[in-house]
Amino acid sequence: MTRWVMIADLRRCVGCQTCTAACRHSNATPPEVQWRRVLDMEVGEYPAVKRVFVPVGCMHCADPPCMHVCPSTATRKRADGIVTIDYDLCIGCSYCAVACPYQARYKTDVAEFAYGKAMPNEEIRHDEKRLGVATKCTFCSDRVDAGLAQGLKPGIDHEATPACVNSCIAQALQFGDLEDKQSNVSQLLAENQFFRMHEELGTEPGFYYLWDKKEVQA
Amino acid sequence: MSYGPRPWQQTNWDWRAAANFMLGGTGAGLMIAAVFVQNPLPHAVLAAMLLIGGGLGTVWLEIGRKLRAIHVFFNPQTSWMTRESFAALLLFVLSSIALFLDSRQVLVAAALAALAFVYCQARILRAAKGIPAWRAPQVVALVMATALVEGSGLLMVMNPDLLVISLFTAAVIARAVAWSAYWTALKQAGSRTALETAGKALVQIGTIAPLALVLGAYFLPQAAALAGIAALLTGWRLKYVLVTRAALNQGFALPQLPVRGTR
Ligand code: SF4
Ligand code: SF4
Repeated sequence: MTRWVMIADLRRCVGCQTCTAACRHSNATPPEVQWRRVLDMEVGEYPAVKRVFVPVGCMHCADPPCMHVCPSTATRKRADGIVTIDYDLCIGCSYCAVACPYQARYKTDVAEFAYGKAMPNEEIRHDEKRLGVATKCTFCSDRVDAGLAQGLKPGIDHEATPACVNSCIAQALQFGDLEDKQSNVSQLLAENQFFRMHEELGTEPGFYYLWDKKEVQA
Repeated sequence: MSYGPRPWQQTNWDWRAAANFMLGGTGAGLMIAAVFVQNPLPHAVLAAMLLIGGGLGTVWLEIGRKLRAIHVFFNPQTSWMTRESFAALLLFVLSSIALFLDSRQVLVAAALAALAFVYCQARILRAAKGIPAWRAPQVVALVMATALVEGSGLLMVMNPDLLVISLFTAAVIARAVAWSAYWTALKQAGSRTALETAGKALVQIGTIAPLALVLGAYFLPQAAALAGIAALLTGWRLKYVLVTRAALNQGFALPQLPVRGTR
């Protein structure tokens, strides 16, 4: 079995938003829609204040509330853990959006373009199917699938890896198979301390945040 | 757009979704209460159908793909929204038959469908894991009791007989208890601030005043109607605020901060 997950190393992310731009470019999302966002968080109280950059987006939960509530079965989970939306089934009720604890979902009712009128590139990539329905990060499943079909390894080979991961200037984002103990993500999780966002809700996100290396046993 | 750790009000569901909980809840409550009247009132059943239909109509206005609304029926396995739609369908069929045949038995079945409908509505909120003020388990009793108060309150305006007044009184007390349990459990500061005024009104104008008015109804029958309206409007206000202003998400939280450089 395969379980695709993503890792964000909070020690490495510098908040440059290159991943956000890469995602928008790769997935042609409209203005205000950011499937991959990077939060700029200020934590603590003066003088002990820290600034932390936190990449967020769909966490591809193992137990996704968005899927359970969806009345149309548009939201599903693949065997490899990627949570998908069928734009032909979705009715745009936004129930999934209020069920998602990570604010990962968007709905755009009318076509929007960066400068009001569609630029030539926006015209080419505009997709009517995405209007009035829920959208979110797909873990670039099209790239993953196409890469696998060519015998490539997602997370290692760029052609098979999500755009945000490829673009990250600090290699803060990683993608790979959690079930493969030798994979890049499994190794990183073995060597570092990590958490998942709002774990107490039981959604079992497929997105891990590294925050420190593991204590070395004496 | 600026996102941060602090929760903010969801904007996916607006007054149209709120109207479904307000109108649908009242309609379902009215259908249930109608069974308690000695001679069932066709206009009460009709009004209940109109209210529920109106609520579903406002939701339909909110969905992005109106022409494929039928897909709402596709996931009875896990979706309370699908189940709500099936309950509504059943309710419409049964209440139409009840009206047509003038049958009390079928009306009781329609009232059971109404109960299922309002239960589904409550569970819709409970299943919305992204909104702490909705996912609280106490929301289920609150939504159901509120519907019963609204429905029996409206029926009291139409037909203030003793059985209806007794049902209304019990429902108002049940709603106050459910509200108190919900309010005690609600921890999120932003939601509490948003709900505070509506909650106070629910207790003072929607509970204490109607109970006093119901007593007064022994001397002045119009007092019962006033009690019903006060309880109905305060319930509507609470649900409206719950959906449109108290529905803050959880924001983002970091249980650990990154350890950079020297420790
Ligand atoms: S992050 Fe949200 S949208 Fe993504 S799978 Fe989890 S609940 Fe669904
Ligand atoms: S908006 Fe679409 S994907 Fe989301 S719950 Fe509704 S039907 Fe399902």
